[in-house]
Amino acid sequence: MYRSYVMVCGGPNCALSVEKQGKLAEEFEIQIKMAGLRKEVQVMKGGCLGLCSSGPNVAIFPEGTIYSHVQTQDVAEIVSEHLLKGRRVSRLLYDENEATSTQRSLEETAFYQKQLRIALRNCGVIDPQNIDEYIARDGYAALEKVLTTMTPDQVIETVLASGLRGRGGAGFPTGLKWKFASGNRGKVQKYVCCNADEGDPGAFMDRSVLEGDPHSVIEAMAIAGYAIGADHGYVYVRAEYPIAVKHLQIALDQARSYGLLGENIFGSGFHFDLEIKLGAGAFVCGEETALMTSIEGKRGEPRPRPPFPAVKGLFQQPTILNNVETYANICPIILKGAEWFSSIGSEKSKGTKVFALGGKIKNTGLVEVPMGTTLRTIIEEIGGGIPNGKKFKAAQTGGPSGGCIPAEHIDTPIDYDNLASIGTMMGSGGLIVMDEDTCMVDIAKFFLEFTVDESCGKCTPCRVGTKRLLELLNKITEGRGTMEDLDRIEELASFIKENSLCGLGQTAPNPVLSTLRYFRDEYVEHIEHKHCPAGVCKALLTYSIDPVKCRGCTICAQNCPAGAIIGSAKNPHKIDVNKCIKCGSCLEKCRFGAIQRG
Amino acid sequence: MKKTSVPIYGTKEQTQALLDWLEENREMPGVALPALQKAQEIYGYVPREVQQIIADFLNKPLTEIYGVATFYSQFNLEPKGRNRISVCLGTACYIKGSNRIYQLLQEKLGVEDGGCTADGRFSLDACRCLGCCGMAPVMMVNDDVYGNLTGEELDAILAKYQ
Amino acid sequence: MKKVGMDAVKIRSGSDLENIRRKMNDRTAGCTRIVVGLGTCGQAAGAQQVYDAIRQEIETLHLQDVILEATGCVGICQFEPVVEVYSPDHVRTTYVRMTPERGARMVQQHIQGGNPLAEFTIGAAQNRR
Repeated sequence: MYRSYVMVCGGPNCALSVEKQGKLAEEFEIQIKMAGLRKEVQVMKGGCLGLCSSGPNVAIFPEGTIYSHVQTQDVAEIVSEHLLKGRRVSRLLYDENEATSTQRSLEETAFYQKQLRIALRNCGVIDPQNIDEYIARDGYAALEKVLTTMTPDQVIETVLASGLRGRGGAGFPTGLKWKFASGNRGKVQKYVCCNADEGDPGAFMDRSVLEGDPHSVIEAMAIAGYAIGADHGYVYVRAEYPIAVKHLQIALDQARSYGLLGENIFGSGFHFDLEIKLGAGAFVCGEETALMTSIEGKRGEPRPRPPFPAVKGLFQQPTILNNVETYANICPIILKGAEWFSSIGSEKSKGTKVFALGGKIKNTGLVEVPMGTTLRTIIEEIGGGIPNGKKFKAAQTGGPSGGCIPAEHIDTPIDYDNLASIGTMMGSGGLIVMDEDTCMVDIAKFFLEFTVDESCGKCTPCRVGTKRLLELLNKITEGRGTMEDLDRIEELASFIKENSLCGLGQTAPNPVLSTLRYFRDEYVEHIEHKHCPAGVCKALLTYSIDPVKCRGCTICAQNCPAGAIIGSAKNPHKIDVNKCIKCGSCLEKCRFGAIQRG
Repeated sequence: MKKTSVPIYGTKEQTQALLDWLEENREMPGVALPALQKAQEIYGYVPREVQQIIADFLNKPLTEIYGVATFYSQFNLEPKGRNRISVCLGTACYIKGSNRIYQLLQEKLGVEDGGCTADGRFSLDACRCLGCCGMAPVMMVNDDVYGNLTGEELDAILAKYQ
Repeated sequence: MKKVGMDAVKIRSGSDLENIRRKMNDRTAGCTRIVVGLGTCGQAAGAQQVYDAIRQEIETLHLQDVILEATGCVGICQFEPVVEVYSPDHVRTTYVRMTPERGARMVQQHIQGGNPLAEFTIGAAQNRR
């Protein structure tokens, strides 16, 4: 007869697999043995408790306590708190509210209600491989309206009046770009290009639109072709997005077979067709002139502007280049009018912006909100806040060209101009959330490593300058930095910004400058105290074992890849700092919290 | 470490397939880049010999083709393993610890960045954002994407590929 | 299971577009529509297997007036695989973190039986820690 029984639920939905149930039960056996309760508590693998959605579940009898979503790392706590001390672990208790929630659909959630979907209007709603579904939701009605009732200049006027600005990064007014390329219609060869070389790490809205609603881009490009007088277009897509390429190809074929691409569209005498060009993995090709050089089949190096692409672009002909998300906004503007669009958003930034929410946040995903929405709304209401009770530290926007928004600016309404004024940029819309465990020096270094790798090498400030800048950061994260290095960083950074040829180099120092502006104390802490407050920079960490907490279970020693942990069973262990490679596997494996990192 | 037993360059069929493609697309503006992409699809990589075929056909100097091949990270000048592992080191993945996953794989496979195992079974690379940031950290084996990695599942995943 | 496909016509005017809109409305009227998110993130989470299981179950049960479709990304990555059901009167139910087994059960209980599985809907998932 045992004092208590632990029943690990084994329903097919709950445990996901027999293997997982076995693992959980085994962990209970180990922990119970270590707590000296082997003779008092029995572990059983049970059947389904009927609470599948909150599984894996564990029930403890005779008291009948049910713990839900139990992971192996929770087991030690249940054993020491509940079985040993008789205290229930409240954070793991089964919550009966969750199974009786009334929110059945996405539309009812806070995540969705704060959003306004224009560019993403069809994503996740229609079948992207069936053009009829696109047409059923007013697809190609904008193209029909443009070709049968509007002049090219009226189209450009509408886009201008809507206030739409480029969604790819810099925020240049789209209508103005079109206007610059609109001269000499019908007399010279012109091109319409779409930038789908979504290279910013952490941004994936373009992929989502191409995968989920490819026709919205095709239709908008045809409209752009009509507006500037071009009959040919290119979509430049990353080769890393095979599904997007496939869906786009299917969409092109379907549009052609309906006669929505090709000769004499809607009987208007307007011809237009599109081609897909695959990128080959070069971040710089997201820059407009480099992208065009790449379509020409050459090394994707940028060229100086002027001449601007609107004058001399692809194959030396007038060309417009817009980003996927920009195009996805065009058809609603044509159908609902410029006034409708410009009524959304903030004073100088109209419409909505799609953000890819990632990093340390509960609800990761794609969200589309009106310009001027505050970061707080995005993070706390839509994003559901930071997981594991951690504190919000900063959000990074604009990828390797942008900067961070620290907690003190969380109430800033997000639009092009406000972001620029606090030292970052809209970029393509990656929004990476960071918490107290993220080291800002390390993040700056991460982005700089990216730009060093991706610098095309054409101009010296970018090729050599970013490399030198990275070396200075490495010095700091390795504990060899001096306070003078901070001045050198600022000086070099401003030199790179001013003298680089293209956007890549001109913005490359931004992550460093921005973190230095808001988190200078972290840099100083690394330099003066050789200490990384977030516990990330390896060279500045030391691991040690608390002899009081260590039970001598030897698990850390068995898992240490460097053989740096010494000690005999049941006696406190020690770490040999000379051998330790600071991999952290002891910290992960220790069940007693005896490993300290400082 | 990087030396492999992956069969190197060139069956006749492969060369013919490339020449056929070139013949068909001779007129395409900016053909050099798509030609290299096609060549890599056919051979798995684009060594000097393959670049030479393209250069000769297009009547361009080898340096120009080589310049394009080395500019873009997509092109492999060295052969790759039968199974290609790419670990995403994009921002979202990095923050969620993909660097550690990458190191673990290097240890498990005994290869370095960009290397290939001696038996030609796996090659390992870091890659740019795969666009699955919601499931970070993420890695890709051939065309299969694996998300929410902790490190514990790596052995099971590797075992699936021979 | 109903299928919706393209017609071999050319579109030459606004009324041709209108015809397709009407045809789509007629075809989907009275039908339950199930969409599975099969974008990159959905596929990475195993949505293809969920899609296959749902199709299998619909065929096994010989359900009529059901349309099953693949769609793109609805934007809630951490909840993939996502399956949404639109009833004939346009009530939307969002199922999250689906598995092939849950997909088959959803078809039996929700589509055939008319009882949505509350425990796998987005509301239930969000209340979890």
